[in-house]
Amino acid sequence: MWQNTMKINQNSSPPTPLHKGNVQNQLNQPNKKSKRKKKYTVHGLSGFPNLLMNILLGSFALMCIFPFLYVIIISLTDEKTLARNGYQILPEIWSFEAYRYLWQMKDQLLQSYTITIVVTVLGTVFSVAMIALFAYAISRKQFKYRGFFTFIAFFTMLFSGGLIPFYIVATQFLHLRNSIWALILPLAMNAFYILIMRTFFQRSVPESILESARIDGASELRIFAKIVVPLSLPGLATIALFSTLGYWNDWFNALLFIDEPNLVPLQSMLMKIENNIEFLRQNSLAGGAQNDLLSAIPQDAAKMAMVVISTLPIAIAYPFFQKYFVSGLTIGGVKE
Amino acid sequence: MNRIKSFFQDVYKNRVWLLMVLPGTIWLLLFAYLPMFGTVIAFKNFHYDPNGFFASIQNSEWVGFENFAFLFNTNDAWIITRNTILYNLVFIVLGLILAVFVAIVLSELANKKLSKIYQTGMLFPHFLSWIVVSYFVFTFLSVDRGLLNNILGWFGVDDPISWYNEAKYWPFIIVLTSMWKGIGYGSIVYLAAIVGIDKNYYEAAMIDGANKWQQIRNITIPMITPLIVILTILNVGRIFSADFGLFYQVPRDSGTLYSVTNVIDTYVYRGLTTMGDISMSTAAGLYQSLVGFALVMLTNYLAQKVDKEYALF
Repeated sequence: MWQNTMKINQNSSPPTPLHKGNVQNQLNQPNKKSKRKKKYTVHGLSGFPNLLMNILLGSFALMCIFPFLYVIIISLTDEKTLARNGYQILPEIWSFEAYRYLWQMKDQLLQSYTITIVVTVLGTVFSVAMIALFAYAISRKQFKYRGFFTFIAFFTMLFSGGLIPFYIVATQFLHLRNSIWALILPLAMNAFYILIMRTFFQRSVPESILESARIDGASELRIFAKIVVPLSLPGLATIALFSTLGYWNDWFNALLFIDEPNLVPLQSMLMKIENNIEFLRQNSLAGGAQNDLLSAIPQDAAKMAMVVISTLPIAIAYPFFQKYFVSGLTIGGVKE
Repeated sequence: MNRIKSFFQDVYKNRVWLLMVLPGTIWLLLFAYLPMFGTVIAFKNFHYDPNGFFASIQNSEWVGFENFAFLFNTNDAWIITRNTILYNLVFIVLGLILAVFVAIVLSELANKKLSKIYQTGMLFPHFLSWIVVSYFVFTFLSVDRGLLNNILGWFGVDDPISWYNEAKYWPFIIVLTSMWKGIGYGSIVYLAAIVGIDKNYYEAAMIDGANKWQQIRNITIPMITPLIVILTILNVGRIFSADFGLFYQVPRDSGTLYSVTNVIDTYVYRGLTTMGDISMSTAAGLYQSLVGFALVMLTNYLAQKVDKEYALF
């Protein structure tokens, strides 16, 4: 059954928009041709419909970023004002108290930041390397067993053992509980990315170049490092971006595997302080000073300040990586 | 003998490629195929064994379909199945309509700069984790401080609504949150497809006097239909799995809301952490995987029947 499946899969079918090369060209490579086209476009509403649609989409776009701005405002509101008036869009009294409080509690915060960064960097390197090697091998016709390996990756998209067997394997067999690898390994591979990269390699690395390198006596690994990787940087960057975001925002693996406060990543810490801001203090202050601070904790504002602090890196980097993300989405259809 | 010999020769010839797939294959074995094998505990009465994974499985006795029988005798099985499917159906239909609508409008706006800015705004929620989103939702729904109760207060509603305890509102809140987070992302792929449509079609249509609506109906939508079908097949195949974060984090795991927020994924998780019934949760997970698998196969088969180009594999 699967052989038949794979055959259909590998025959190049007539292009669907999902893998039309020109889609991606027009999106991310503004060459001369498209500049000329800019002056003259077939798309474009006029007059009232245009205004209406602008208002509609404009307000939806605003709605999408409003909650973040709102959380920033709450984090800058005086705690007593919050208690009296609730979360206001324009608070009566502004205050930096929440951030000052977080600064006092910075040990746990920095620890979590470090964990998140280490996990994100290591994880991205791991997963890009693993995905690229796997995808490249199954993209080459010389590899006799590519059908089989394509299938074992693809099949994981169709069927999975479910959460609990995964959990038992990870804890009882791999002993990942309270290990930083529990945050890295489960996200390292992803069949979907493998198939995207395979399509990308097939399209962006022409066999003729590889052939001439082989004639020159270069080994396959050398060809991969010196020719394939440089040619595939856009695709690799896309996978790297996806996996960076995946690691940064991951909390599920921490929820399953991590109890140790030293290993709690940022997102997971946000979860822990949802009910109990005291979590921040466990690692930060020892003994005596605690009681004085206890009375003056800006509870709500501090929680919101934590949300701001953990989201800020993404919000700042977002306008820069958005372009790559968008072009990455259309970079390689799974279907080829 | 010869066959074995030529097999090893083949392996040797392909050694570089095999080396390349080795790390990934090990990962797949450990994190995908070993858990698949682990689903046998759905047919056993699971006990932890200090000697590890295989010992645990070996020392748990077979109980046949008892776990499944037990699962389907509870009211939970019906509720989680209903919730999962209904929410996903709404997500698929509403998500498709809104994403295609937004993509078409984005492509047709006169001012391309504004269009880019809207796109940037709409995509932003996609990059946030569900934890952050749950805080966002909380700022609106908090009983004593939330924006919604504040606004209701201006209109003379003095009794603040305890949102996290009122199940009747949650289907809307869940759908709204999901759309809020997903529409920007959903529309990008369609937008890319629309931008890629050959301009000549539109020029020809304009010469023939077609208005905007006719162009959209007769060019844009037919041209993106294959993409719509493919993405919808993918989504229908996933109709049995829910986004854990949406259903666990956003309602803040509130017990009074379980009737409308409990889906298969959250049920399995709670089975692991709070109920402690490992085998029955595994049975629920296997039920989810098997039905999901059957659905992908079925939708793909049907799509293939309609048009080869629509099939995913």
